[in-house]
Amino acid sequence: MKRFFRPMALVMIALIGLAGFATNAMGQDSSDRSALRFIVVSHGQASDPFWSVVQNGVNQAATDMGVQVEYQAPPTFDMVAMSQLIDAAVASNPDGIVVSIPDADALGDSIKAAVAAGIPVISMNSGSDVAKEFGLLTHVGQTEYEAGLGAGERMGANGVTKALCVNQEVGNSALDDRCRGFTDGLAVSGGTVDVLQVDLNNPTEAQQRIEAAVTADGDINGVLTLGPTGAIPALEALRSADKLATVKLATFDLAPEVLEAIVAGEMLFAIDQQQYIQGYLPIVLLTLYNTNLNTIANPVLMTGPGFVTQENAAQVIELSKAGTR
Amino acid sequence: MAQLPAVTPESIKDERVAKTGLLRRLLVRPEMGALAGAVGVWVFFAIVAGDRGFTSMRGTANYLEVAAQLGILAVAVSLLMIGGEFDLSIGSTIGACGMIIALLSVEFGWNIWLALVMSLVFALIIGAFNGYLVLSTGLPSFIITLGTMLVIRGVTVGVTRRETGRTVVGGLDDVPGYERIHTLFASSFEIGGANFSVSILWWIGVALVGTWILMRTSFGNWIFGVGGNQQAARNVGVPVGLVKIVLFMGTAFAAWLVAAIQVLDAKSADVVRGGGSEFTAIIATVIGGTLLTGGYGSVIGAVFGALIYGMVRQGIVFAGVDPGWENAVLGTMLVVAVLVNRVIRTQAMGGRR
Repeated sequence: MKRFFRPMALVMIALIGLAGFATNAMGQDSSDRSALRFIVVSHGQASDPFWSVVQNGVNQAATDMGVQVEYQAPPTFDMVAMSQLIDAAVASNPDGIVVSIPDADALGDSIKAAVAAGIPVISMNSGSDVAKEFGLLTHVGQTEYEAGLGAGERMGANGVTKALCVNQEVGNSALDDRCRGFTDGLAVSGGTVDVLQVDLNNPTEAQQRIEAAVTADGDINGVLTLGPTGAIPALEALRSADKLATVKLATFDLAPEVLEAIVAGEMLFAIDQQQYIQGYLPIVLLTLYNTNLNTIANPVLMTGPGFVTQENAAQVIELSKAGTR
Repeated sequence: MAQLPAVTPESIKDERVAKTGLLRRLLVRPEMGALAGAVGVWVFFAIVAGDRGFTSMRGTANYLEVAAQLGILAVAVSLLMIGGEFDLSIGSTIGACGMIIALLSVEFGWNIWLALVMSLVFALIIGAFNGYLVLSTGLPSFIITLGTMLVIRGVTVGVTRRETGRTVVGGLDDVPGYERIHTLFASSFEIGGANFSVSILWWIGVALVGTWILMRTSFGNWIFGVGGNQQAARNVGVPVGLVKIVLFMGTAFAAWLVAAIQVLDAKSADVVRGGGSEFTAIIATVIGGTLLTGGYGSVIGAVFGALIYGMVRQGIVFAGVDPGWENAVLGTMLVVAVLVNRVIRTQAMGGRR
């Protein structure tokens, strides 16, 4: 029996510990709304500061609406794992699902199965072009091509003739569209764009690559990054290559360091897609659909592009530090 | 002189010839601990997440699909590990094979069947090459396949970027002949209102073939021999080199099969696919009772190991656990499953009467 004791004790402790995780799923209230359960499945890795703002929006909406929400994401940018997460979400029969759709081909079957099962689905952040086709209630986000176009036109108006588009997640069609829009937008004033690929999970390597690209080609006078995980290394790269004065830097999406750089004049602008409401609004819409059968007529509820420049950056800084912008 | 007592089976106290009960005999088998672990995990999630879909047909189809893709790898990896070697390159091979299928059929317009065959040939060459390197250098296979893992991944990314400028190649559903191949590798069949992926059938098929090879052929005996004591096996006349090369080609084949399933299901290939699967395959194999040192193990055990992994991975989602905790829960449950496996085996073997 003694030989048994230690391994058995470990087993019991482990099982008790795990039961603790289960209790968060068991709390039920008697009022109507708190019985509603929504599942958010996004491709946003926990390490990306952009997505923690979305998650904050989701959690705040859950509190404000008085509903239960679960947030699920695959540990890496893996569409196969994400489709399995969506299938699991559908199998657990929630009252609504919120998804991001970075790859419509890989995720299409799972999302269509959700709709076929009678679960209301709203897409957010990526997938604005397929939302209507899949039969989703609406899409909440920013249309990427137009946002890139706006960025390109603004950069061109500020004198940029040759630019880098730094993509930290090549294969995410939304990001690819941003670079495409940027290329077309800059072409309006006659400029050209090259795409530089970096790894989202490796900021040091990203910084080195940007610095190498900028020093190798002296004609480059503009850099557009597609998120904070590209913007912060780009800022460091330009600082270390001493090119902040000659190269105009702009980015998509906000972060405290980005906003401070804009206030200091080191960055030209940031395009805010307001990811907080991309997390917040779908929960509100799903709650109202469940309690009141309310629907939205627009295929896309556009949350961006919003330009944050030196004029309004200071106010947005305080909000960004709170994790809501 | 007194009459000697009659010699009867009951009077024989020599435990070497004592009969062992059926239950004890079953419990000693490597796969039984894994089966117990699988039942235990299922019961746990049925309690915690049963009302949230884990025990429904849909939920079952969901974790079986995850288990199937891992299970195909685990069968081949368990055969290799019983033979005393590791293969860390299968994850990269998955990515490479998938990308070959996509590039050949989408970018170069090859017939999709031909693209599949080419990627299979590529996989088998990789496997044979791994085996050859292990044999000729005498280095541990852990190191050799670690090296090939990095090289294959790097070449996949490099070639894909050079040919297409992207790291994801989609559009497979536009390729002629896609429909038939999709039915073969990535379709689903309906049971009780839920769609079960055809990869589950592939998993069962591969497991049956694997266990038949291991338990019923002389090649299977050779595998045990080579893994148990390579020198002794060689002395007895077992073709050690051939066995190892074939085993490595087996893991490469499994990687190709999973790649085909994933590519046809997602309609695209991604250079990062398969990353990490080499370790989860080893985990499933070890849960299934195969020793890391080789010479002992079971394919059926690896099947249960993959089942445990699939149930835990998806069960966590059904239970509503925040994804940040997921790896912690997964690691804990896996260690628990292996412990349960070992406790049962030790009890069964120590208590043998």
